[in-house]
Formats: sequence, C-alpha cells, structure tokens
Amino acid sequence: MKRIALLGMPNTGKSTLFNRISGASARVGNWPGITVDLMSAKILMGGHIAELIDLPGIYDLHGFSDDEQVVRHFLANNPVDLVIILLNSSQIDRQLSLVLQIKKLKLPAVLALNMADEAKQTGITIDTESLEKALHMPVMQISAKYGDGLPKALQAATQIINQNHNASNPQAISQLLQEDNQIEHEMEALIQHHVHIPATLSDNTTDKIDKILLHKWLGLPLFFIAMYVLFQFIFTVGKPLQDGLAWALNLLRTEALNPAFATSPTWLSGLMLDGIYNGVATVAAFVPIIVLFFLVMSMVEDSGYLSRAAFLMDALMAKMGLDGRGFVMMLMGFGCNVPALMGTRVMRSRPMRLLTMLVIPFSLCSARLQVFIFIIAALFTAQQAPVILFALYAMSFLTMFITALLFQGQYKNSEPFILELPPYRFPTPRQIVLRGWQEVKHFLVRASKFIIIGVVLVWFMTHFPSNVAPASVGTYAGQIGVLFAPILDPIGINHELAIALIFGFVAKEIVVGALAVIYGLQGDALMVQMATQIDWVQAMSFMLFTLIYTPCLSTIATLKSESRSAAFMWLSIAWSLGLAWIVSFVFYQSARALGF
Amino acid sequence: MQFLSQLKPGQHALISAIEAEESLFHRLSALGFRVGKPLSIMRRANFNGPLHVRLGTTDIILRNIDAARIQVNTL
Ligand SMILES: Nc1nc2c(ncn2[C@@H]2O[C@H](COP(=O)(O)OP(=O)(O)O)[C@@H](O)[C@H]2O)c(=O)[nH]1
Ligand SMILES: [Mg+2]
Repeated sequence: MKRIALLGMPNTGKSTLFNRISGASARVGNWPGITVDLMSAKILMGGHIAELIDLPGIYDLHGFSDDEQVVRHFLANNPVDLVIILLNSSQIDRQLSLVLQIKKLKLPAVLALNMADEAKQTGITIDTESLEKALHMPVMQISAKYGDGLPKALQAATQIINQNHNASNPQAISQLLQEDNQIEHEMEALIQHHVHIPATLSDNTTDKIDKILLHKWLGLPLFFIAMYVLFQFIFTVGKPLQDGLAWALNLLRTEALNPAFATSPTWLSGLMLDGIYNGVATVAAFVPIIVLFFLVMSMVEDSGYLSRAAFLMDALMAKMGLDGRGFVMMLMGFGCNVPALMGTRVMRSRPMRLLTMLVIPFSLCSARLQVFIFIIAALFTAQQAPVILFALYAMSFLTMFITALLFQGQYKNSEPFILELPPYRFPTPRQIVLRGWQEVKHFLVRASKFIIIGVVLVWFMTHFPSNVAPASVGTYAGQIGVLFAPILDPIGINHELAIALIFGFVAKEIVVGALAVIYGLQGDALMVQMATQIDWVQAMSFMLFTLIYTPCLSTIATLKSESRSAAFMWLSIAWSLGLAWIVSFVFYQSARALGF
Repeated sequence: MQFLSQLKPGQHALISAIEAEESLFHRLSALGFRVGKPLSIMRRANFNGPLHVRLGTTDIILRNIDAARIQVNTL
C-alpha cells in the first residue's frame, strides 16, 4: 500500500486538508497544537489504495517537543511514497525553511500553499510556476477550507504516486535529520524571486479586533464576560431542548414501552425500564446541551481567540509555574480532559508538562457539567442556577490554581514561552456540523460502553438480594453505602449518592443515569424526589466532591500513558480524592455550623 | 545595542543577534527570528506579561526572559 504523509508547521491546515481528502473528521482548530498524534485514513488515489497520514505540526525537523518527536520518529521508521507539504501562503517567508529541510531528505514531495484565500486578501502574490522550477517539485496554491485548487493538487499527487518512485528510505532519513545552515540563504533568495509581499498588509481586521480584545485593561474583563455570555447562551438555548427531549422520552415510555412490557415478568420490565431505559434516557436528554456546548467550543477554538487568552493570562500563570498554554489547556479541558492532557505534548520541559497534567483533571468537563445541571435544576431555583454554576466554574479554576501553587516547587522549569498569534478565523458551517456530529458519535460510543453497563450494575446492586426493599440498606448497594458511611457522612453524602459517586469514578455520565435507577424515576418526577431526599447543602457538597474527586477512567488512563509514570497517576488520584474530601468537608461542616 | 525585552510598543528594530541554546534557537528561527530581520512591537501585556511582536507576516507572543536573548538595533 502507498503511504502519503501531510507535513507542515502547526496551524497550516493539515487536518483540514486531511478531512477534505479522506472525509474523516480529524479535529481542526486555530491553535498550534490541536493535532498531537498520528491520524490515518485509507483513500483511493490513481487506482491505488493509499494510506493518508495527518501528522502533528512541526516547526522544523530538529524540534524536540513530544509532538515534533512523533513526526521525526515517523519519518525515521516508515517508508513514505509521497509527502504533501503544507504551508500557510501568508507566512511563506518563514515557513519555506521547512520545505527546504524536507527537500534535503529527498522525499518525493508536492508543495501545497494553503490558505490561498487569506493570502489573496492580504495582497501576497506567489509565482507558483517559477517557484516550482526553482524547487523542482510541483507547487500549487490551494484552500483546504474552501476546496479551491484541490483537484489540481490531487492530480499532481496522483502523478507522483503513479510514477512508482522508490519509497523513502527511513534509515537514510534518520541520518539526514541533522542540522543544515545553508537553508537560510536559500530561503531568502527564493522569497525574493518568487514571492511578493506588500510593505503593509492590506487586511487589518485582526489588528482592529486585537486592539479591543488584547487591550491592556479591558482584555481580561472582556474574557470573563465573554465566557459568562457563552455559557448563558448554551443554557438558554439548551435547557428547553433538554426538557423537551426528556418529556418525549418519558412519553415514549408511558405510551409504548410500558404497554409492551406489561406482560413480561416484573424483574425483566424492572431491569429494562427502571434500569436501562430510565438510566440511559436521563443521560440522553443531555445530548442537545452537549452538542451545543461543543459547537460553541469549536467556534472558540477555531476563532484564534485561545492564543489571545494565553497572552492575557500568561503573567498570572507564570506565578504558578505554568504558562499561557497551560491556561488554554484548562479551557480545552472544559470540553473533555483527555484531549487537553494530550495537548500538553507541545511543551518541551517535562516538569512543566507534568504540572500542567496535574491541574487539568480539575477542569470542569462537559460530563461533569451534566451532573451539575441536573442537580442544580432539582434543588435550586432558575434564578439561583446560573450563580451556582458560575461558582462551580470558579471553584474549578481555584482548585487548579491551588494545585499548581502547591506543586510548582516540585516541578520547577524554565520552559520558554513563545507562541504564534494566528489571525481570527471563522469556521465554515461544514466544519461546525462535522464537529457537532463527532461529539454525538463520541457520546453514543460512551453510552453503549459505560452507561448501559453502569446502569445495569446499579440496578442489580439496588435490587438484590431480592428479599429486601429496593434501594434499602439491605441491598448490596445499601451495604456498600454503609461501608463508606464513615468517610461520606461527614461530608453529607448519603447512601444513594454514594453509589452514584462510586460509579461516577468510571465516567461522570453514569452519575445521573445511576440516580435515575436508584430512585427508579425519570424526568421531573426524579427531580422532585431528589429535592425531598437531600437539601441544598448536601447537594452542593456532592457537587463539589464530584467536581474535584477525579474525572473518569479515560482521563486516568491518559494521565498514565502521557506521563509514562504510574507513580504520577497515583499521585494525581490521591491528591484529587484528598482535596475533594477536604473541600467538601469544610463546606458541609461550616454550612451546618452556620445553621443552614 | 538593546535587547528585544527593552523595547516599547510601537518601536521598530532589526535583529542583530540571538543567544539561545540549540533547541530554542531552532524554534525561534522557525518562527521567523533570524539575524537581520526587521520587527515591531505591537503591545505588552499587563503585570510584566508577554510581548506581542510582529515579524514580517507573523505575529508572535513571547515572555520577557526569552525576549532578552534577542539583541536588536532600534530603527
Ligand atoms: N482561511 C483559511 N483557513 C484555513 C484553510 N485551511 C485551514 N484553515 C484554518 O486554519 C486553522 C488550522 O487548521 P488545522 O487543519 O487545524 O491545521 P493543522 O494544525 O495544520 O492541522 C483552522 O482554523 C482552519 O479552519 C484555508 O485554506 N483558508
Ligand atoms: Mg492538525
């Protein structure tokens, strides 16, 4: 099989092109460091089946960060038949160095000058024909995002593939991956002859926006206001959708499923309806909010604002031994902690990477968000809801900052902080829809893996042994609750909540599903029931514990694989559990002492 | 002769020397920091935060400590 690799500096549109050619959905974002691992897809090219590989971006072939190592390692171990080198047309004056480095490796290559649309707007003109002759490789301007010039580029690629050159020799390449100083002069000469860059770029929209968003005093307040507005937006639009879906799922049960199971044995209808259906339906009702959340998230990621957030927050982060990129990872963690942890690969110093990985699990991810929305809706008024949620986000930042402050002595580092500020961009509807669909798929996979198994287990534990009342102290679940009572009673967490917490260790989505099963109810009835069982102090304590005590098994597995250290993973777990208990204890006991 | 870290927003300069260990040197040069290149300072973040620099068509943010490795001649 032929092997084709996409190579280029970070944020040049490799993943966008990869998605376009292969129809896959690699994650795209206007932030250098979205892709930190290999991704591949099979495509048909000139009658051959070829493997297309999306590589992480590299600044140059001698880079030493973990994501750059991935690329070096790939080239030094795998023969490739073609590399498609991507660069940002507007930044050709500096990115050409990478092309020259790759050319020295004598890999069969085509050069795609991406973002032709933006270059045109800024008035940069590139003479591709003469550049092609000078570089001895096919050169064309394309726009991966809008599709311009793609057929021609693919044609050129097909031609090279069909010529059946020998594939690259990994051994020779690993030797050639050494320094070369000539490149600089060669690059200047090429730019002078084949590229025209006007003295002042004609498009200054980004400058105008930056004047406001990066303003000395307005920048940070604007950041927090924007965050608040975005979350408000998600709830005002998402909550009615969730309520509607929950209502529809409930209707489906009363109208169709209850009659269908009317004649089956009680244990079966109990398992299927009170167990699986109630559990999964309660979780599924959150899908609209989650999709909406990720749509907003993908727009933020693609806008280029994340790098600006890094700029605004770096001074504060430096006091905690982290840097602006660490802050961006915390924000990405709001979506899901796993990609945020992997995103730390852009950091070269191990201590800084570890410190960042230690704080990310406290980032209030979308799965925990579901638990909070659910409990807040059950125990607080609509007026209180946004305030409580905002407090939880503030708490998430606070625990991250405290953790970094306490541990920065152990993870001293002098990692340089140098980051590109890309121009502001807007995702196309296609990119937005793709991302939304991606999250729905992700949810369905998790739903089928963890949630169903989780709720079935919870159902069994709350219904057996069968000679006692369901969910009573006599059941297995009740016995486990009694076992944990000495630890959980002081923080106001009762037996029912304890079971939900234990399963939440696997994945937070199970928590709401488990509550539905434990109380044997769904939708509004479940919320009313919960409000009679616990008061707001207990609910708050439970939410604080859920926020801090550890994200999910996937996060823990990622922590271990990314740090390559079991000790580090255990440290993270122990610290999270300890901190969660202390915070909940202090909150619960002081609230009770104050008479609440 | 001055260091990049000493410049003020709005100033223009030419890079005259870069003193950094190898891996940082590579990163800087890939981002466009090369001897002889012109640059301008766009802004500086509050509380001694990073510097926003424009080099040709690329905008870069970097900390003062790292900017202090780059020598410049103001224009
Ligand atoms: N204007 C424009 N933007 C593009 C083009 N190709 C990619 N982008 C945007 O550039 C950013 C980086 O894209 P991505 O594919 O993640 O880059 P990668 O880091 O090289 O994989 C995203 O915001 C894309 O939407 C293009 O041809 N034109
Ligand atoms: Mg990518």
